[in-house]
Amino acid sequence: MATTDEIRDIVLKYVKDEYLEDEDQEVGYETPLISGGIVDSFSMVSLKRFVENKYKVQIPEDKATPEAFDTVTRIAALVQAFLEKKA
Amino acid sequence: MAFSDAVRAGFRKDLEGLKEAGIFKVERFIHSAQAADIEVEFPAGSPPRKAINMCANNYLGLSSHPEVVKAAHAGLDSRGYGMSSVRFICGTQDIHKELEGRMTAFLGTEDTILFPSCMDANAGVFEALLNESDVMISDRLVHASIIDGIRLCKAEHDTFKHANMEHLESKLELHKDKRLKVVITDGVFSMDGDTAPLGELVALCERRGAMVFVDDSHSTGFIGKTGRGTHEKYGVVGKIDIITTTFGKALGGASGGCVSGRREIVEMCRQRARPYLFSNTIAPVVVAGVLRVLDILAGSTERRDKLEKNAAYWRKGLTEAGFVLKEGDTPIVPVMLFNAKLSQDFSRDLFEHGIYAIGFFFPVVPKGAARIRTQISAGHETRHLDKALEAFIKVGKKHGILGKTKEEIVARYGA
Ligand SMILES: Cc1ncc(COP(=O)(O)O)c(C=O)c1O
Repeated sequence: MATTDEIRDIVLKYVKDEYLEDEDQEVGYETPLISGGIVDSFSMVSLKRFVENKYKVQIPEDKATPEAFDTVTRIAALVQAFLEKKA
Repeated sequence: MAFSDAVRAGFRKDLEGLKEAGIFKVERFIHSAQAADIEVEFPAGSPPRKAINMCANNYLGLSSHPEVVKAAHAGLDSRGYGMSSVRFICGTQDIHKELEGRMTAFLGTEDTILFPSCMDANAGVFEALLNESDVMISDRLVHASIIDGIRLCKAEHDTFKHANMEHLESKLELHKDKRLKVVITDGVFSMDGDTAPLGELVALCERRGAMVFVDDSHSTGFIGKTGRGTHEKYGVVGKIDIITTTFGKALGGASGGCVSGRREIVEMCRQRARPYLFSNTIAPVVVAGVLRVLDILAGSTERRDKLEKNAAYWRKGLTEAGFVLKEGDTPIVPVMLFNAKLSQDFSRDLFEHGIYAIGFFFPVVPKGAARIRTQISAGHETRHLDKALEAFIKVGKKHGILGKTKEEIVARYGA
């Protein structure tokens, strides 16, 4: 099973490719994505779809809140929790 | 009592929260007809003051045009005031059909259906056409009403980076197995004043087998050589499957909207679009006014030509004065201030000098991208623009931002 660190790096890369408009914008594990205005809550859906497809998990709508998706660390923790449930 | 003290206190707390966050909206009361010169009561209770309006969507200066007003009067006399019915019961007059036909001809499409507003058109169209097997892929900066429409529809949705065709292509690849794919964009983006690259976008969608949806609310009547819209500017008239637009901006500015495009799509809206089925359409008096607007536009391109000249003059003036602008060639000219509070202070100071223009900040625009959005009209004369420029320069000097770069302004005021 993927470790949380691995998940973090993969999610961070996806966030950079998918959402950043200019190269020198800095995003790290703890950067607030949604509350920080980097990812709008409407565009969050592709991020959710990405982790679901990548890790073969289903995150129900009520767990996929803007708060739960606000940082790369939190997303990784959420994915990890679902992976453990599955295992 | 259901609306208990506790419920009331809850709402009050929410409202206070908006005030504390600085995003509580207040109206300014205009005591005159909509035009370049208006009289504004602000703050509420103060005596009305003359001001030059720099933030209306009155692009063609037709909102209070005497011929439009006259035609509306005549429409009121001949077709009455209200319909007291939705379209498919007994709410369709000959002039509603006439306006649909005229818009089809004007936009170069196959058919058109009127909606109470463009908000309603956008809210209703996707749900009427698409189901779970389909996908909607929208530009990240589309208008709020499109987002609502997408949310009401069961099809999957995805977004692409603003005007980024490479990113769009990767999304079309990702969703290539969907039954129907619709790519969704504004023609002119209302906050930035830039246009969607419709030439490339249409070519890409043709290659990838996707339909194209364009909201041309900030274009219809003046973008393109004869003002047909963004599709005319990019030479793709007849290739946009779904156009939505409004009568609430350039085309007289009263109210109403439409979906115009492929015949079968329009017919699906007539059968299924809920805002069309369950809400009264545009009032006869407004329909009569819009018909006259279309006559005026058919007769000459003078107004859109003047608008183009005015916008270029305004852009040049602001640029030479040393403001940071969003690049573009539309009548939407955003003066970038980056900091939210600065945008509010700037707007207030402009009003002191008789200029009415509003500051926009997050969440309406991205964080650190606060601005005064100016909108030019064919109703502006050079004297209006000169007076407005003079005021912008005075206020710009006061805040020390003339000739300063984005980095310098952000360093001083914060993002
Ligand atoms: C791009 C866009 N689409 C739709 C609308 C809604 O138009 P209407 O006033 O006809 O509902 C607006 C108005 O703000 C708009 O800017």
